[in-house]
Amino acid sequence: MKIIEIKNLHFRYPEGEHETLRGIDLDIEKGSFVAVLGHNGSGKSTLAKHLNAILVPTEGQVLVNGTDTADEERLLDIRRTVGMVFQNPDNQIVANVVEEDVAFAPENLGIPSGEIRQRVDNALKQVDMYEFRLHAPHLLSGGQKQRVAIAGVIAMEPQVIVLDEPTAMLDPRGRREVIETVTRLCREKGITVVLITHHMNECIGADRLVVMSEGRVIADGAPEKVFSQVELMRSAGLTVPATTELMYELNRRGYGFDLEALGVEDCAEEIAKRLG
Amino acid sequence: MLRDITLGQYFPGDTVVHRLDPRTKLILVIAFIVGLFAAKGWPSYAVIIAVTALSLRVSKIKPGSAFKGLKPIIFIIVLTALLNIFYTDGTPVAEGWPITWQGIEKAIMMSLRIIILIIGTFTLTYTTSPIALTDGMELLMNPLKKIRVPVHEMSMMMSMALSFIPSLIKETDKIMSAQKARGADFETGNLLQRAKALLPILVPLFVSSFRRADELAVAMESRCYHGGEGRTRMKQLKLEKRDLVALLLGAVFLAAIFVMKHFGL
Repeated sequence: MKIIEIKNLHFRYPEGEHETLRGIDLDIEKGSFVAVLGHNGSGKSTLAKHLNAILVPTEGQVLVNGTDTADEERLLDIRRTVGMVFQNPDNQIVANVVEEDVAFAPENLGIPSGEIRQRVDNALKQVDMYEFRLHAPHLLSGGQKQRVAIAGVIAMEPQVIVLDEPTAMLDPRGRREVIETVTRLCREKGITVVLITHHMNECIGADRLVVMSEGRVIADGAPEKVFSQVELMRSAGLTVPATTELMYELNRRGYGFDLEALGVEDCAEEIAKRLG
Repeated sequence: MLRDITLGQYFPGDTVVHRLDPRTKLILVIAFIVGLFAAKGWPSYAVIIAVTALSLRVSKIKPGSAFKGLKPIIFIIVLTALLNIFYTDGTPVAEGWPITWQGIEKAIMMSLRIIILIIGTFTLTYTTSPIALTDGMELLMNPLKKIRVPVHEMSMMMSMALSFIPSLIKETDKIMSAQKARGADFETGNLLQRAKALLPILVPLFVSSFRRADELAVAMESRCYHGGEGRTRMKQLKLEKRDLVALLLGAVFLAAIFVMKHFGL
């Protein structure tokens, strides 16, 4: 079942000279983990902001559960269906206590206070931050802050979570915490995840990888299929994972390896096989 | 240096004062300020100082951290004291001196008044989370909604401003270090030169604050914020027995001060 349908989406910022998004067609399946990869200025963040009606298309249509995001009457429905986590953890935390921040969205939705309490506790447990519920957010680490932000979105009980470069400002450890958390939410709770990133390593675990460049989708498919198109990735200003890179370089010297061996283990096995 | 500013900082804890309803604490602080400004003589001041010390004690605030909060306003305190010393009529300390005994007394009283004022309001912000505080204010001002005062919006703005203090301080520190690294000098020169040196801090600070505000607004909208209409609360405020007791004590305090004032104490 498709939860998000994007049809011929064009977008130009009011002050922009040319279109930031130039005709995007994309459907997102319910429960899937989709990574969107692109270098700076490729339009990936602009695309993300279309998924919960922060921006509306200049041309074309975005449908969330069949509802047009341009329909202002349904704005709250759309935003509670598609939650969004942003890059800078400090600029999305609204309260001074973790649990009060997580309660922000359900409070806005007018949910009765007893139920809010339950949702907040649940959400915090799901991101492993329950024991920090009474802490001040600004004293947490970057990865912890981002997990609180994710909890703040889960408390709305959305069907989709869009994460716009959630790890860009984090250290490797925080990065791993965040990616593990969203992967778990997708696999265990069936929440659809759209992860916008420019770290190719974060895309490896996704079901599907969409590569953007110059406001267009230039590749779309399973991560190993997409990464095996090494020239295309390079032309979009992106690098490919080290394993693919190694196979690619060996192939250029005439070895004929399988470029889809993405994992380190798979890659090592391929080479071991060849060595006999 | 900037990290020392504790204005509006909340320290989570679990004392009786922390658990009091924010409305109660707000009313008590207002009563306290009224009492402080009504106080005339030393006996009243003694009562007020005792009450301040007691509330610091009960809310487990270390006197050190309370006094740390005074640092930024030392200048104002000293200025008030000096003005009072020199501009109060009365008997001179010595023949031909511009300082009078009354002046010294008044200077001490005025400085004390400012110090107690700050420490008293600190007790409120130390023990009450900004959200609870603004919730309390919103509820107290609720009747004003009838005459179209945007009470919810005001309290929201206030809580946002309060919760951004720590990150703004961090940001200022960062910008200052960056400017220092490039040779900026904030510590020497006269007042005018130093004020000028602050400009390269203020401009980037403003720019980043606006960017931050923009990002925060988008994040809030993404979490379905649409004003106060139809908004509920996770923590419903309810007046407990301890609130009534606290309010009663506040009333006793205020009454005592006014009785003392009546007798010129």
